[in-house]
Amino acid sequence: MSLTATNINVSFGTRTVLHDTGFAALKPGQLTALIGPNAAGKSTLFRTIAGLIKPNAGQVYLEGKDLSTLPTQRRLKSICFMPQFFTANAALSVFDVVLMAQKQLAGWRVSKDDMIAVASALDRAGIGHLADANIGELSGGQAQMVSVCQALIRRSVVYLFDEPNSALDLRHQLDVMGRIKTAMRKRGTIGIVALHDLNLAARYADHLLLIGAGKILAQGPPEQVLADPLIAQTYDVAVQTAAGPRKELNVHAYVD
Amino acid sequence: MTATTDIPDDAVTTLVGNYRKRTYRRILMLLAAIALLCLTVLIDIMTGPASLSFTDVLSVIFDPSGASAQQKVIVWDLRLPIALMAVLVGAMLGVAGAEMQTILNNPLADPFTLGLSSAASFGAALAIVMQWSLIPGAGAFFVTGNAFALAMITSLALYGFTRLRGVTPEAMILVGIAMLFTFNALLALLQYGASELQLAQIIFWQLGSLARASWGKVLTCVIVLSIVLPYFMSRSWALTALRMGEEKAASLGVNVSFLRLTVLAGVSLLAAVAVSFVGAVAFVGLVGPHIARIIVGEDQRGFLPFSALAGALIMSGTSIASKAITPGVIYPIGMITSLIGIPFFISLILSQRQRHWQ
Repeated sequence: MSLTATNINVSFGTRTVLHDTGFAALKPGQLTALIGPNAAGKSTLFRTIAGLIKPNAGQVYLEGKDLSTLPTQRRLKSICFMPQFFTANAALSVFDVVLMAQKQLAGWRVSKDDMIAVASALDRAGIGHLADANIGELSGGQAQMVSVCQALIRRSVVYLFDEPNSALDLRHQLDVMGRIKTAMRKRGTIGIVALHDLNLAARYADHLLLIGAGKILAQGPPEQVLADPLIAQTYDVAVQTAAGPRKELNVHAYVD
Repeated sequence: MTATTDIPDDAVTTLVGNYRKRTYRRILMLLAAIALLCLTVLIDIMTGPASLSFTDVLSVIFDPSGASAQQKVIVWDLRLPIALMAVLVGAMLGVAGAEMQTILNNPLADPFTLGLSSAASFGAALAIVMQWSLIPGAGAFFVTGNAFALAMITSLALYGFTRLRGVTPEAMILVGIAMLFTFNALLALLQYGASELQLAQIIFWQLGSLARASWGKVLTCVIVLSIVLPYFMSRSWALTALRMGEEKAASLGVNVSFLRLTVLAGVSLLAAVAVSFVGAVAFVGLVGPHIARIIVGEDQRGFLPFSALAGALIMSGTSIASKAITPGVIYPIGMITSLIGIPFFISLILSQRQRHWQ
């Protein structure tokens, strides 16, 4: 089982966002970090994989099967996409919205197992105390944790997280990344996380995808991609990598 | 992070227990609303010129053989159709308002504020004054048919408008109000050239009245509700998901544009039928869902039935009030709902602004 994309071309009007780009097979159980500067096309690539945008050309294959041949409902079920933002002032509790993801939009009855699944997901995510809170009252970081919880409770084959920790404090950033990585490994599912923080990418990802100006520029293990001169070129900074105090890979960027 | 185990720990049990408690509370509120509705229907039947006692009404309904012919006529032919019509139309408007607010993501949306009611009134006026039928072969139902056709066209126009780039939910309400004024102006134009008899019929539309209720209309409402309501119920999770934003809903597997289109069609059907039978009744579709939102929240499994019940309760209460304010006079219900609705509308706007300030 693997996820592949070939010759993806997406344009909105005259503006081309993805230029004939693609990536080689992403393996199950692995976490891939999609890195690249602002407006490089990360969210567009995610939406294209999720089937929310129809590409002008190109295919996304899951297990060798062209995803565009799947019915929308099936496709949205096997690919779970967590958008970057959600703002809602609905009178719904955190428990309600996670339950909604657990039910996958089907069946009126909520079984005891459903309730336990939601409760333990909230507990594990460390947001059990927010269960009865209204989603409109959450802070940006709390909303993001709820969003991750909603995504992870679903049983999909591919998980796409669009900057799942942009609003989180240090501890929660590490928690969320750790939880996503563990979930992917345990379930044997394919995970892609769009990240701005290259150090988080270096520490948690098994694999990196570098995107710049609508093209996938490099793909491979973090040590290899982060050492590539393309990184410096894409981000327009000088990059040096070094081993951190615990032997982890650290990325240092300089504006020269 | 805690390890996953099959035996739920204390924290999980507490969370499940809390959710259970909230679910039971919701069910209890629904049952209470149903009980209250039964009571208002009975009071509605009791209220009127020939006063009937509580026991009279119960015996005529449940044991007609023992009642006098006069009582039977009053209850079965006059009062009961009106009382049931109030409940059904209220439920239809409540559901229509609830789902409009959901799919347009706008707390101020309802069949009246978005101009559907005035479009329906204009359609009916076209039939009454010009004898034009927009639906060929509508026969005796051509007034209702016209009302429905125009309500439908208006909601399609609104739907088209939501698809335009850069249209905010706030702008939607303005377009709706523009529709309202447009149709009111067109209606005035028709009234200007109408005969006295036609004018009286048009005024019925503008003020709203339950007086023309009949068993046939009650049956039609039941049929429409039993077509639309199960569909809305089956889309409960999708509609709940839509409240998290369009993209979030799509990422959860909701086909957003298809859902919007089908729900809008259902809402138009409900609103158009309701309005074509009782005329333009303001604010029931707005206030009902807001009461439901406050009491049971927006999980559609509770929100949808409670919006229907809240709408039904308001209309049933209005029907009582229309007869009870001045004995012997039946006031138009549209007037009463507006008088109750406007203070609510204003408090809603004020409370919204307060939240943005905080």
